Amino acid sequence: MTQTDAAVTSHPVPFEEAVARYDPVIGLETHVELSTAAKMFCGCPTVFGADPNSAVCPVCLGLPGSLPVINKAAIEYTIRIGLALNCSIATWCRFARKNYFYPDMPKNYQISQYDEPLCTDGWLDVEVGGTTVRVGIERVHLEEDTGKSMHVGGSGRIHGAEYSLVDYNRAGIPLVEVVTKPIPGTGALAPDVARAYVAELRDLMRALDVSDVRMEQGSLRCDVNTSIAPTGSAQWGTRTETKNVNSLRSVERAVRTEIERQAGVLDAGGRIIQETRHFNESTGTTTSGRSKEEAQDYRYLPEPDLVPVAPPPEWVAQIRADLPELPAAHRVRVWQQLSWNVLPADKDAIINAGALDLIAETVAAGASPEQARNWWLGELSRRANAKGAELSSLPISPEQVARICGLVDSGDLNNKLARQVLDGVLAGEGSPDEVVAARGLAVVTDAGVLTAAVDDAIAANPDIAAKIRAGKTAAAGALVGAVMKATGGQADAASVRELILARLGQS
Amino acid sequence: MTSGNDLTTLTAAQMAAAVAAGEVSAVELARAHLERIAQTDVQVRAFLHRADDVAMAAARAVDDRRTAGEPLGPLAGVPLALKDVFTTTDMPTTCGSKILAGWQPPYDATITARLRAAGVVILGKTNMDEFAMGSSTENSAFGPSRNPWDLSRVPGGSSGGSAAAVAAYQAPLGIGTDTGGSIRQPAAVCGLVGVKPTYGGSSRYGLVAFASSLDTPGPLTRTVLDAALLHEVISGHDPHDSTSLAAPVPPVVAAARNADVAGLRVGVVTELGGEGYASGVLTRFNEAVELLESLGAKVTEVSCPHFGYALPAYYLIAPSECSSNLARFDAMRYGLRIGDDGTASAEEVMSETRAAGFGAEVKRRIMLGTYALSSGYYDAYYGKAQQVRTLIARDFASAFEQVDVLVSPATPTTAFPIGERADDPMAMYLADLCTIPSNLAGNAAMSVPCGLAPEDGLPVGLQIMAPVLADDRLYRVGAAVENALDQRRGHPLLAEASGIDNAGATAEAGR
Repeated sequence: MTQTDAAVTSHPVPFEEAVARYDPVIGLETHVELSTAAKMFCGCPTVFGADPNSAVCPVCLGLPGSLPVINKAAIEYTIRIGLALNCSIATWCRFARKNYFYPDMPKNYQISQYDEPLCTDGWLDVEVGGTTVRVGIERVHLEEDTGKSMHVGGSGRIHGAEYSLVDYNRAGIPLVEVVTKPIPGTGALAPDVARAYVAELRDLMRALDVSDVRMEQGSLRCDVNTSIAPTGSAQWGTRTETKNVNSLRSVERAVRTEIERQAGVLDAGGRIIQETRHFNESTGTTTSGRSKEEAQDYRYLPEPDLVPVAPPPEWVAQIRADLPELPAAHRVRVWQQLSWNVLPADKDAIINAGALDLIAETVAAGASPEQARNWWLGELSRRANAKGAELSSLPISPEQVARICGLVDSGDLNNKLARQVLDGVLAGEGSPDEVVAARGLAVVTDAGVLTAAVDDAIAANPDIAAKIRAGKTAAAGALVGAVMKATGGQADAASVRELILARLGQS
Repeated sequence: MTSGNDLTTLTAAQMAAAVAAGEVSAVELARAHLERIAQTDVQVRAFLHRADDVAMAAARAVDDRRTAGEPLGPLAGVPLALKDVFTTTDMPTTCGSKILAGWQPPYDATITARLRAAGVVILGKTNMDEFAMGSSTENSAFGPSRNPWDLSRVPGGSSGGSAAAVAAYQAPLGIGTDTGGSIRQPAAVCGLVGVKPTYGGSSRYGLVAFASSLDTPGPLTRTVLDAALLHEVISGHDPHDSTSLAAPVPPVVAAARNADVAGLRVGVVTELGGEGYASGVLTRFNEAVELLESLGAKVTEVSCPHFGYALPAYYLIAPSECSSNLARFDAMRYGLRIGDDGTASAEEVMSETRAAGFGAEVKRRIMLGTYALSSGYYDAYYGKAQQVRTLIARDFASAFEQVDVLVSPATPTTAFPIGERADDPMAMYLADLCTIPSNLAGNAAMSVPCGLAPEDGLPVGLQIMAPVLADDRLYRVGAAVENALDQRRGHPLLAEASGIDNAGATAEAGR
């Protein structure tokens, strides 16, 4: 049978069923833009969001006669990444030219590394559902980014576009590619492992201070390889490569839907084609790109414009000695400091949300771990998700969150008011105390005002008051509601309740 | 007042001395050479672009500096013909190709910048084989240049325009680039001194690449001393070129003034000679070797067994690199654009532009290189060629354990008639048979005139090869040969060139 998957009609198999009958193998290729001050081979600045083609020179534009000169900082950053990923660092390696024609490639070749990467053979541990999965790292290499095309008209792809614009500001920005070894044996956890790996890599890059790792700005981009084979099969299946999967959620979804799709193809008697696939962010599905049969021949050759890179061992040793605390160790330490027992799933949620440090800092500023967790994973996560932003990029500090917790503890705020204070802080209205003052959000504590409101409520609800007097204190809730309404929600519900019971002789 | 012709026949060293002494102004020199170009370039066709205004402004600047009492460099005020492969902000850079016709770069090549800083007066950009691929300038999209010794013959190539200009007294200095012999071969067939410095000794920044691991800028001049003076001006580390060497520039000017070969060990490469070489070339070469012996050099024969593989290895490595280097000419950002009718895709425009913009030889080499690098063939072609390259470098290394310099004919034949080899690429490629090994190994080499072939009366070049960064040895040997032959002859060889009206290019004026 040499049927292709296009030749058979197939429907995705529900995920649980697919992984019950097929074993997935995944692999990830992650591109990370380095945050060096200058580009890879010239002195142009690495800026995001500048006017198109304002950060360019003859070198990154690939003008005739121009030559690349290696930015030493990019080599250092890459070695830092390689060491943090437990890789061997090459004592001698060369750059290579990867030849292909594309309008956003200034030279129609990309300076990259081919068979002599700077870092090889390492690993990265990721935690999923309370267990640790060791992901093998095949290689870490350095290359230059391309320009950015914008296709106007048509579908937004180059084919069918009316015209295209190219911005070369990104051309020549140092790009590190981290390639994993195939990751077998994760079964139903494969999508979570993929996501956790990318999240861990992102945190690692951040800790190493080598990249902004802003997925939404494209400074971290993923290609996800997926294959499946019948459970227990000795051989792995044919893999597909899903390109440009650019958020943690998409990484997880791309693996999941590709497993579902491939299972459907195999169930229908089809064959998986080795091909690249495009990930559609809105539907979460993948569509066929070009197949390997028509794949490019990149005609690699050692880059003759550059001399080989030979990092002196003492330099590498120095970089190793200067490595900061890595995320895994950092997490263990912070977790222990929190001395806080949580379910593994909660721990995963905290880590995946990037909330651990925020919670720890909130606790350090005086909040309880539970309060801090609830604010950061609850209200604040919701708001971050709504904005499509990272938790850490919200304009509120752990100290401010702790202050809000403190105001709740002291009875100055109730939960409803606290959310309004949060709104004010996030809207840039100032510190929690300033927002409380400006919006007049403090809990009503004036005894006279409260007593008057309670008496009004008792007078307006004689039946309920009678029940309470008769000992049915549970009925007090209705009066509390009336008082809260009368005070515009600015009373402390517990105090109101006590006051009601006292006025009706039940305390 | 000195007449124009008298001025153009001075050596560069004499011109610089005259400017420094206030005997002649840089403006007068520039004007005399521009006039000479105006008179003779209809015949020679050395220049693709004459930059009269740029040249006069540069000359005036030198004169102003002299008037102000500022120090002048050793070549200040001396005119120069620049191969059209170096970027220039105030002149077009075409590389002899339609695909770059009219392109004016936004930056100066390091060589250009160093020449300007030294007060050298650039007269314009000279003709060349398209993207430096060829040995005759017949591959120029703008038509061939002519050999001043015989206008029906080629001036060699690819730096044929610069060679023709210097041989026609249009400029005392020329800059060429040597990838497989493109300085030495035209120097040999035009009766000039041409030097390929050690690879990395002169910067490639702003030199539009043909084959990056081989391209080397260098001087084309009428005398060995002039070559040395120009060599020093253009050499030295360039932070913009990673492959440029950090080592100090070899003392080439001192060597050119110390023309003493007594005790020097000279090796004759046995593999470069014999069958396929013109008899007149071998006659003059053998005489030059005898001359060196008579001057006190110790001459031995040295075998370099892998030199026979140099040509085929070169024709895998150079096209491979060129196929990648020339990929950027795609109509997207600069240069020619064909087929952009509003409906064609970017790919179609790239394809049509490259089909229309590149000449046959460039296409041939792009295809050769694309094939040699393709998946499954890399090891057999590019990989094997690189191994041969290593073997050739080892041949040089073991030869230089025995001798101080190696010598051979610079070319197998003298200048050939225009059109003779145009349809026979293999015959054309053979013109670089003797020069290619030094490009593959990266060592320094020179061609210096050693007489006229008896059968056709055309110049023959003696090639001298020295180890990496021992460029000064070339000048010692070259100057010794030049001095002895000029003395014997009573005038410089070039005084005998009769292709164009060289009235005034007499022995007296030339020295």
